[in-house]
Amino acid sequence: MPIRTLLFPAVFFILLSFFVTHLSRAQESPYIVTYDHYLEEPGNLEIEYFSTFGTQRGGNNFHAYWAEFEYGVKAWWTTEFYVDGQTTFGDSTLFTGFRWENRLRPLKREHFINPVIYIEYENTSGADKILKEVEGHDVESDYAAPNSVLRKEQDHELETKLLLSSTFKGWNFAENTIVTKNLSPSNPWEFGYAIGASRPLGLKASAKRCSFCPQNFIAGVEMYGGLGDKQSFGLHDTSHYVAPVLAWNLPSDWTLRLSAGFGLNDNSHRFLFRWGVSREITGFGEMVGRLFGGHK
Amino acid sequence: MKTFATAISVSACLLALSVALAKPRESGKQSSGATHNFDPAVYAELQKAPGKARAKQNPLANDPEAAVAGGILFEQHCADCHGEKAGGAKRGPSLRVEQVQNAEPGAIFWLLTNGVVRKGMPVWSKLPEPQRWQLVSFIKSLSASAAKTETEQADPETALAAQSKPQ
Repeated sequence: MPIRTLLFPAVFFILLSFFVTHLSRAQESPYIVTYDHYLEEPGNLEIEYFSTFGTQRGGNNFHAYWAEFEYGVKAWWTTEFYVDGQTTFGDSTLFTGFRWENRLRPLKREHFINPVIYIEYENTSGADKILKEVEGHDVESDYAAPNSVLRKEQDHELETKLLLSSTFKGWNFAENTIVTKNLSPSNPWEFGYAIGASRPLGLKASAKRCSFCPQNFIAGVEMYGGLGDKQSFGLHDTSHYVAPVLAWNLPSDWTLRLSAGFGLNDNSHRFLFRWGVSREITGFGEMVGRLFGGHK
Repeated sequence: MKTFATAISVSACLLALSVALAKPRESGKQSSGATHNFDPAVYAELQKAPGKARAKQNPLANDPEAAVAGGILFEQHCADCHGEKAGGAKRGPSLRVEQVQNAEPGAIFWLLTNGVVRKGMPVWSKLPEPQRWQLVSFIKSLSASAAKTETEQADPETALAAQSKPQ
């Protein structure tokens, strides 16, 4: 039954992509974990699917996945809804929860460092393995137990981030500070980080339409990990990853992302291979407005 | 079971929505002749560019391909709001008006970089600087193409003679 539950968002994504023809080419960053300060264009909906294959010592390898629906409410406010799931090989497939995220840009203009405030509510089970962020004392052994055990833990978390990002001579530098609180009173505040740097392979656009032009590719690297919690802040018993990343913004409106993440210490999964595909629908807000009789 | 039923209901609604949205509809992209009533004050944003930004010269001003590349970028990133031919659409004002065409290239570049976030225009600093200058080249080229169209309409023979001149 959980498999079928997960199938619906996937089917919806595919159908929507084929039905809706009003698409726009996005200029997406290659990061999968790190956020830069760019928000979704107002009125646009971006539909994304991401997948993480992870190795697991002391347990079975897994394939975790999530769908994202990212909507630009305003030029300074983006809201996003996630649906998560995972398959642990030799074990089972589970729906592992949902997330609702908001990103707010407080400043009107571009600055050398651009802050964005990130607020997310998560309702996930302990079996969630998408590793979209690493925080607190998250370590590989947390994920080794069978799904039947992990799913019994239910997390209601409030996650906040301060996203700082700069763009200089074609380079983007992003730094995210993560502060998370499991809403059950006994859990302490947890901390984490993600940093990234990226650059398009070509800074000038070609005068011809092309799929393989350098400006369509953005390459970079990101690093992320936990910083302990309020009671034991620091690097001990934390996991950290470094991952080269690549985005290919296709003229056909699709964006493909690849990331090969490597664990940096014994607490980390040895390897996390991630990929994602996304498509942006422009004027989605207007379309919905028309559907309900507005914006005539 | 409850989760499954909820998932089916939500998915069915979303699917119905996607089918409904697939119905033919008028495009948000308008031709150059389209008129959209934007408050002229919207162009005052260009005047807010600092003097240093205005003074910047387009480094690609002499690059004959810059406007062509800028045209492709415009189509990909800007046409949905400003119209296919930059004549304005529901979400963005015309860029063919004199307030834009007479603006310094540096001011247009500054506006592209910073957006008008509180009024709906996103920042475009995610496009590398050369691509933003290519967009500026394209936007500035619109005045030349508009003048050419006007000449052709006023005197087709002169326009034809001009076209047949060796380059």
